[in-house]
Amino acid sequence: MDLFLELFTDYTLRTVALGTAVLGIVSGALGTYAVLRRQSLLGDAMSHAALPGVVLAFIITGSREPLVLLIGAGIAGIIGTLFMLLITRYTRIREDSALGIILSVFFGFGLILLQVVERLGLPNRAGLNVFLFGQAATLLFRDVVLMAIISLLVISIVILFWKEFKLLSFDSDFGASIGFNMVWLDILLISLLVVAIVIGLQAVGVVLMSAMIVAPAAAARQWTDSLSIMMILSAIFGAISGISGAIISSTGAGLSTGPVVVLVISTIVLFSVLFATKRGVVWSWYSRLRRQRMLILESVLNNMLKLAEQHDDPTHPHALVVLEAMNHGQGGVKNTLSELIKRGWVVQIDPTHFSLTAAGIEEAETFLLQNN
Amino acid sequence: MQALEVTDLTVAYQEKPVLWDIDLDVPEGILMAIVGPNGAGKTTLIKSILGLITPAAGNVLIYGKSYAAQRHLVGYVPQRGSVDWDFPTSVLDVVLMGRYGALGWFKRPSAADRQLAYDALEKVGMVDYASRQISQLSGGQQQRTFLARALVQDAKLYFMDEPFQGVDATTERAIIEILQNLREQGKTVIAVHHDLQTVQEYFDWVTLLNVRRIASGPVAEAFTPEKLRQAYGGRIAFLKEEKAAGD
Repeated sequence: MDLFLELFTDYTLRTVALGTAVLGIVSGALGTYAVLRRQSLLGDAMSHAALPGVVLAFIITGSREPLVLLIGAGIAGIIGTLFMLLITRYTRIREDSALGIILSVFFGFGLILLQVVERLGLPNRAGLNVFLFGQAATLLFRDVVLMAIISLLVISIVILFWKEFKLLSFDSDFGASIGFNMVWLDILLISLLVVAIVIGLQAVGVVLMSAMIVAPAAAARQWTDSLSIMMILSAIFGAISGISGAIISSTGAGLSTGPVVVLVISTIVLFSVLFATKRGVVWSWYSRLRRQRMLILESVLNNMLKLAEQHDDPTHPHALVVLEAMNHGQGGVKNTLSELIKRGWVVQIDPTHFSLTAAGIEEAETFLLQNN
Repeated sequence: MQALEVTDLTVAYQEKPVLWDIDLDVPEGILMAIVGPNGAGKTTLIKSILGLITPAAGNVLIYGKSYAAQRHLVGYVPQRGSVDWDFPTSVLDVVLMGRYGALGWFKRPSAADRQLAYDALEKVGMVDYASRQISQLSGGQQQRTFLARALVQDAKLYFMDEPFQGVDATTERAIIEILQNLREQGKTVIAVHHDLQTVQEYFDWVTLLNVRRIASGPVAEAFTPEKLRQAYGGRIAFLKEEKAAGD
């Protein structure tokens, strides 16, 4: 609670939380497309590929201005993507392998460059390591302003091209057939994804930034069947995990922001996968269980109706053993009967005999009608 | 005027020819089946006519002009399996995509577009499913949704890739009725079809394809046992018996 209050009183914490909220929103929103277009690995490759760009930008300019470093990151990310496209186009290596190659080669190169910077003893070099796992506390207010402006631009483009991006993601062949330039749209959307990744690098780091692209969208998908709601939810999940990650890592325990953010968003994903209505695992179990129980109820009810047809009286009482024999192997006939009694479809005549009520007869007959 | 003229169309993937020197002349107002064994290039033929695949050589004219100039006259139903039916969107939304071409860049569908989409859903018997999430559709319903999307394109020439694939008998009858209805309005439908048994019943024209064009013309002329054997090689035995029994 104290931490929550500090969010409004502590200037540094407020700045940091604002920054991570912005990065959560933009990566959550763009991640929606990455997840729906099955490009999760692409985000991972591009964020890792950004590392050498950051370090090279520093070596060349000697500046640690975030704008300079992030432009370097963006250029490296785009070059990585181009290499990936060239590899899949001109060799027999498939996309997933190509992405793996790009990811490890670029990332490894970036690590070596980091060591080179260390050896050369370049001035101002401290803090470059932040880009590995991220440190939200290093965000300054003007960094946050820059992030917010770029994010606003990215989100505006997403809204402007809403119908076109939907077409690209759902049925790009059809889109091309009606005259939309799908290659161009694809490049635009991937570029926006690069921007979303680059925005988060300082706070979350290259290693775990892809989680901010994939996880919020994967969690959001569990709750809705609408693209717009999915994107809004994904942005909210991204913001929540970004802010909580920043707050926890800023408490002075010396934790990097990236891992903390990932733990938070993973919890959201786990909760969503388990408990989301419609698609959640637990919900599916529950509804299957209910369907099964309903089927057993109906089955016993029908047996009673069939047995009653052999007598002239539809409420003729039946022995428990007979019903158990008719539902052999399904078990729980006694429980089923007590459930039927609770619903008012069956009455117990004596300890071992049961008979249908008028409501029970009606229920059994409508069930038979529906299933014939 | 011919609805479609294809000359010398050749498509190759990494040196290997997929379509070789295809000529087609399709008049207006007919239902034409494209028939051929797996890997014959049926889908490739449609995709290269629509400019989705760049041919190595050849020329395509739609009502006398290039596809780029005439795309507003063309409707397209891709293979049902070519999209992710778990995509978070509704049936109405998918059908509205058929209006995107007329809308152009940035414009959003209006109430009038929505009405057109509902009308098309009515025609394919899916109006009750308009707000249904697409992952809850059966194969036949998916196919009807795609057909509705093509109908709102209000085209003169339709290309359909396996419109009967994986649908039940009721849907198949409903779809063929819609296609015949289109023909009555003077429209032309070219459909990839794989059920040789129903070619004569459903279609007026047929193109037999196996990398090369084996035959193309009215069903009575082009759909002969000899041409079929040429297109399918030895694999046609079952059909010969069928035909012999039918004759």
